[in-house]
Amino acid sequence: MRSFSEAMHAFRRAPLLSVLGIVTIAFSLFAVGLFGLVAVNIKDTLASVEDRVEIRAFIAEGTPAEATGAAIGDIGSFPEVARVGYVSQEDALNRARSELGEFRDVFDAGFLPASIEVRLKPGFRSPERVKAVAARIATYQFIDDVRYGQEWVEKLARIRNIAGIAGIALGLAFATVAVIIIGTTIRMAVLARSREISIMRLVGATDGFIRRPFLIEGFVKGILGGGAALLLTWLASVLIDRYIVKANFFSMELAVAGVLAGAVIGLLGSGVSVGRHLRRV
Amino acid sequence: MIRFTDVTKEYLRTGIALTDVNLHVGKGEFVFLTGPSGSGKSTILKLIYMEELPTAGEVRVSGLSTTALRRGDVAKLRRKLGIVFQDFRLLEDRTIEANVAFALEVTGAPRANIPTRVSRLLTQVGLASKATAYPRELSGGEQQRVAIARALVNEPYVLIADEPTGNLDDRATRGIFQLLREINASGTAVVMATHNLELIRRSDYRTIEINRGAIVFDSGESKSAVPEEVV
Repeated sequence: MRSFSEAMHAFRRAPLLSVLGIVTIAFSLFAVGLFGLVAVNIKDTLASVEDRVEIRAFIAEGTPAEATGAAIGDIGSFPEVARVGYVSQEDALNRARSELGEFRDVFDAGFLPASIEVRLKPGFRSPERVKAVAARIATYQFIDDVRYGQEWVEKLARIRNIAGIAGIALGLAFATVAVIIIGTTIRMAVLARSREISIMRLVGATDGFIRRPFLIEGFVKGILGGGAALLLTWLASVLIDRYIVKANFFSMELAVAGVLAGAVIGLLGSGVSVGRHLRRV
Repeated sequence: MIRFTDVTKEYLRTGIALTDVNLHVGKGEFVFLTGPSGSGKSTILKLIYMEELPTAGEVRVSGLSTTALRRGDVAKLRRKLGIVFQDFRLLEDRTIEANVAFALEVTGAPRANIPTRVSRLLTQVGLASKATAYPRELSGGEQQRVAIARALVNEPYVLIADEPTGNLDDRATRGIFQLLREINASGTAVVMATHNLELIRRSDYRTIEINRGAIVFDSGESKSAVPEEVV
């Protein structure tokens, strides 16, 4: 309780330094938040594009319906397959008519072949997996051709890998910079009170007693800075969504984790700064 | 109560500060430490309150030895000592009573007892009427009285004073010295480093002179010292 009132006393006594500390934490985490926003949206977009990865197996004309049905049942039991469907010649034509204008005048339903449409489960959409499933489907005698946009799938996988690596590297860099800036801010707050710390030691305060108010102060600053950063990031996402491009915001868990990360950085930063200071005085 | 045995102190940057110092201060003694600047007076005081540890030899204060220190021992020792400096070292953003109470709070004293003890101490040093003032509103002499009140609030065995009158005019110096004498008369030992030869001459307290890190003169234990076995 006393530690808490000491921590609050520090806020009251140096409001400018405290606010400056919170603002610094807020903007450092805001930069991380903006990056996170970009990363989350790229990930969501890639996931939705990946969702469209499909294998299409064209069925030879005159194939008996029982054979096709058996194959569909068979393919549906593959562990990689999310769903499998049959597209008749008529369905194919209707789809072409609605999607592609130049097919509007084509009246012959036999113009396009019937096909089996296969969607894969998430985690099974790498080029190798898609290729393997396509090859297995191609082994049916009545399958004329199997297509899955090999080049497109490979490009997508490459983009995802690059985005993943860049995301981790940039994320680490942003987080490191944020930790350094926040650490420096907290160190300033500790140094501003070095006289008080030395007096506390002179009158017999234990290290734990001296440290506690600083830890509380760092934790509170971290929570407030983290909360402000979350608010700024949310505002940014609303503006981006409204004026630039459709953007998703963090999930609730991620948002809470972000604020907690601020609190932990504040707590650890204070602990380390005071610890170093206590060893020196 | 305070015993230095063959104490040598060497600082990494400035070299040897004390060489082979042997010293004993008994309960209730009043001891002046004197000598030129840089002679080692402050180092002796720092060794007493264990801000510094000896490079060789042993310092023993109130049963605690520098050769067998454990974590937290120094904090406990300082609660039994009162320390006063030339520059007062008060917390500028707290009132006089808060400054004195602070020394009690850090020891975890029951909150209910704090106001009474603070008020008693401020009365003792003659500042009861200024309890709610801030340090900057007080004269140097008054600030030093606050520092003394803070040093006494935990009822220490020894009051360590490092040039307590160094920043004060004659009148304030006399006032502070009189206060220290009263404190000593009530049984608290006082170890006071000073340049002020006038103070030393005016009293018959034990005087230890330091020069270049060694004791060059010791007038012997004061008559006012209480027998050691009481400790």
